[in-house]
Amino acid sequence: MTLGGIDIIVLIATLMTASTPVLLAATGELIAEKAGVLNLGVEGMMIMGAVGGFAAATATGSPVLGFLFGAVAGAVLAMVFAILTQVFLSNQTATGLALTLFGLGLSALIGKGYEGVRPPPTAKLDFGPLGDIPVLGPIFFSHDWVVYASLVLVALTWAFLKFTRAGLVLRAVGESHDAAHALGYRVIAVRIAALAFGGACAGFGGAYLSLVRVPQWTEGMTAGAGWIALAIVVFASWRPERVLIGAYLFGGITALQLQLQAAGYAIPVHLLSMAPYVITIVVLVLLSALHRHGAQAAPADLGRSFHASS
Amino acid sequence: MTGTMLLEIEGLRKAYPGVVANDNVGFAIAPGEVHALLGENGAGKSTLVKMIYGLVKPDAGTMRLMGAAYEPAEPRAARAAGVAMVFQHFSLFEALNVAENVALGMENPPPMRDLARRIREISNTYGLPLDPDRTVGDLSAGERQRVEIIRCLLQDPKLLIMDEPTSVLTPQEVEILFHTLRKLSAEGTAILYISHKLEEIRALCDSATILRGGKVVGHCTPREKTARELAEMMVGGEFAMTDRAGRSFGNPVLVVKDLNLPPMSQFGPSLKGINLTLRAGEVLGIGGVAGNGQEELLATLSGERPSEDETVVIKGQEASRLGPNERRAMGLLSAPEERLGHAAVPAMSLTENTLLTGTIRRPLMKKGFIDMGAAKGFAEEIIKAFDVRTPGPHVAARALSGGNLQKYVIGREVLQAPDVLIVNQPTWGVDAAAAASIRQALLDLASKGAGVIVISQDLDELMEIADNFCALYEGRLSPPRPTEGLTIDEIGLMLGGAHGMTDVVAEEAAS
Repeated sequence: MTLGGIDIIVLIATLMTASTPVLLAATGELIAEKAGVLNLGVEGMMIMGAVGGFAAATATGSPVLGFLFGAVAGAVLAMVFAILTQVFLSNQTATGLALTLFGLGLSALIGKGYEGVRPPPTAKLDFGPLGDIPVLGPIFFSHDWVVYASLVLVALTWAFLKFTRAGLVLRAVGESHDAAHALGYRVIAVRIAALAFGGACAGFGGAYLSLVRVPQWTEGMTAGAGWIALAIVVFASWRPERVLIGAYLFGGITALQLQLQAAGYAIPVHLLSMAPYVITIVVLVLLSALHRHGAQAAPADLGRSFHASS
Repeated sequence: MTGTMLLEIEGLRKAYPGVVANDNVGFAIAPGEVHALLGENGAGKSTLVKMIYGLVKPDAGTMRLMGAAYEPAEPRAARAAGVAMVFQHFSLFEALNVAENVALGMENPPPMRDLARRIREISNTYGLPLDPDRTVGDLSAGERQRVEIIRCLLQDPKLLIMDEPTSVLTPQEVEILFHTLRKLSAEGTAILYISHKLEEIRALCDSATILRGGKVVGHCTPREKTARELAEMMVGGEFAMTDRAGRSFGNPVLVVKDLNLPPMSQFGPSLKGINLTLRAGEVLGIGGVAGNGQEELLATLSGERPSEDETVVIKGQEASRLGPNERRAMGLLSAPEERLGHAAVPAMSLTENTLLTGTIRRPLMKKGFIDMGAAKGFAEEIIKAFDVRTPGPHVAARALSGGNLQKYVIGREVLQAPDVLIVNQPTWGVDAAAAASIRQALLDLASKGAGVIVISQDLDELMEIADNFCALYEGRLSPPRPTEGLTIDEIGLMLGGAHGMTDVVAEEAAS
């Protein structure tokens, strides 16, 4: 099935892989922001996950260990942020920006020895006859385990926030830390846990970039995906199901522009590479303009430091 | 006595750096007793209840609950022991719904569907109608308080602590609250009731403990004392009552015509068709429950938010589009409700804070530069004239207690000799003696020929100083009524009565 030189089935299948890193990072950031912490260091945590996961996978020969280590690397960086902002009450915006710069620099240093190395491959899951179904087979049953894991994660996050008591406490902490404290909930502990989860997700997404998507290590390879993840959380008005839509939109345009390049359209390459970022922002702005309440759905205490006065 | 008492407290002490909040505090509450805790701001009431609720750990002293040692390490433990608390500043989450808010305050909440059913049951039993699915941000102050109370009641408390519960309620809502509290008390639940509204305490409470400067200065039965006797026990001496000499009104100094404004915040009200006329020498009281447009009205009149043409006229001149400084030049000054951050900059000294509003009407500038000497002189003048207790004008605004800073902020505007002064909550959180002096200053200003608008939630205050009264309800302003002869019930109805409660009130009245 081709349209203007572009194979639609391949496009949709690539869309899902292209979206996965941003989807993971955005889901993690959603949890952190729902707890009231604005961590602008997503880009830094992603790239630390990318280099950490890559190093672990090549050292052990196991991509699964690589993903695990990538998540740990992201979480460790998030803990630096957590200690600075939650314990020492530093400014969240400045600390987040510093975290991104720090992550980019440190990953470049660690990654020097890994340039040009090929990581152990991550196999696509075999669904047997399901994979042979025309159209649906290649679209839904031709991916590696991480793609499915990311979808499950979004569903779990949605259910966690909506149905569980822990999710309710997390939202409460993000809405009013003073009230949550007065009721005896441990605001700082909840926020640190949320940050750790956010960091692990970002690191996991970063590892997917270097282990599956590219797959090799290059300096600064996240190329702004962390920032896109942040933007998606805002424009998704802090709802997991809309984060999925936003991430797949971004991934879809990325996949499309690559195919357009390959199909040899006479559009300047730079415009095409720019397209995913521009179109994601434009569509999300339109969406939040339509849903007037979108911009006001932010957790009320987002970005505010909590200090128990007595 | 031991064994019959529900809660016994002895020798409780809590010190913070530089201040002893509670010293050797002791009292006892029997089951089913409504016990009042009386005291001025800073007397240590809040610290005391925070210790009982496990939010603050005492330095010394013992508490016993039903004869057993009681040392709650955190609110969770207090709740498990049967102590529940309704907070002064509501501990609610605006973006969550009623059932979620209730669940957050419970140890082991049932599944949401059962919880919603139980909320309906309890609210019917105690005459506190509440829909579990509504978002708390959309509720009135009275309804929010019902959420807090129901959250407590669902846990079958033996002791219910209420910190200033009526400060945000209409008189009708207060009546409903008292009805509920009396019912609870009859069922054996003890209530520790904190307030500085003396008439309420006389109407509701069986006994009272009076705190001053962190120490217990007396126990009494409120019904046997007059409000004035109670006030003097709180203050520790006599204080002057305001002198309301007869005044004559002059020409209109401020006219507002058909003023409409969109809301300032997500859950805030809009102003709808506001009309008012303020004459020279008049004190106009604007009453209303918090969140009905008070902040918005002050922001519009002060010039923070310009309005449409021909809506605000100051001394006969059109001023709708003018900003605060231009209005100051015309003689209109204002003092907003929020002392720290709106009326004064917390980190700046008192001298620097005079410059924020004072440069237009006072010679505090020289050739475009700040005249620090003159500013310091003005600050000292305010401190002297309004008896602000502070080491000097170099002190940062946030170092002053609420009452002292309020005197300073009001003094700063009054001493600039305005023709129109608008104040919002002039005596909120201010002790009785300071409140009386602020009210007297406003009356003195009016008798010199200025028009004064006092926006307040304290109806007694408005009845005491205002000549005319308007009610602000959901962004609408009622026509003015002379305060003389106006009853509290009439005012209550002007303020919107009790939300969704008219039937209950009617039944109460009938029975």
